[in-house]
Amino acid sequence: MVTNVTNLGRSGLSDWLIQRVSALILALYTLFIVAYLLFNPGLDYAAWSGLFAQTWMRIFTLLSLISIAAHAWVGLWTVTTDYIKPTGVRVGTQIVIILAIFVFLVWGIQVLWGA
Amino acid sequence: MPVSAAASPLPQTTACFHPVCLPGAVTEASQESVYRAVNSKRPVNLDLTTIHFPLPALTSIAHRITGVILFIGLIFAFWAFDKSLSSPAGFAAVSDALAHNFLAKLIAWGLLSALAFHFVAGIKHLLMDIDIGVTLEGGVKKAQITVVVSAVLIILAGVWVW
Repeated sequence: MVTNVTNLGRSGLSDWLIQRVSALILALYTLFIVAYLLFNPGLDYAAWSGLFAQTWMRIFTLLSLISIAAHAWVGLWTVTTDYIKPTGVRVGTQIVIILAIFVFLVWGIQVLWGA
Repeated sequence: MPVSAAASPLPQTTACFHPVCLPGAVTEASQESVYRAVNSKRPVNLDLTTIHFPLPALTSIAHRITGVILFIGLIFAFWAFDKSLSSPAGFAAVSDALAHNFLAKLIAWGLLSALAFHFVAGIKHLLMDIDIGVTLEGGVKKAQITVVVSAVLIILAGVWVW
């Protein structure tokens, strides 16, 4: 099996599975948030922050944040390896993407646990 | 894609999987027919408006483009997430922007549209993974359904935002 040091799971099959599992988690989270906003038209701060104060919602949101990180990396790795042929430009772009993903992950955790 | 790509110094695990990029897309037979067509005196179709990608290729490319848009759009989503949970004033600022600011509405609709398409095209991928519609006709049919369903969702998202 050919492996590549820059892909997430070090193998295409592993990335394939990570992409599907994270996609299902993000699909469920998207449906939940959209349904919550649709069924609570007069949403206020107390209800909104109350939702994110609950343990199950923090677990669900953290799971989704990790899924975004993995899903974005597998997807953007595929796109950058497909279209950016010069190695330097591709690796540079991928480093910027990794940094952005890391910032989003830390930012999300900080919001979730109310800094 | 030429076979000589294998001679590249770096090992590549993933090539482009678009139907138009697959090695089999340009067969020797079709290259031979292209060669004959180029060297014949008969009229050649150079009307670019009649040359187009098949629909499944377009939806596949759009799936990638919407994915990149959603990643960039995370900045706005995270801003709203952070601000709305920071304080009652922050929550009011986000809901006020989404209720009155045209640019905020446009960004929200744009991101919801990209999300709708990416979501539907993703479901299509999952269906193909469980062997549903993995034929040429099925591929075209599912691409058509993807376009129609996401168009409906994009309109509904617009109604929701405005």
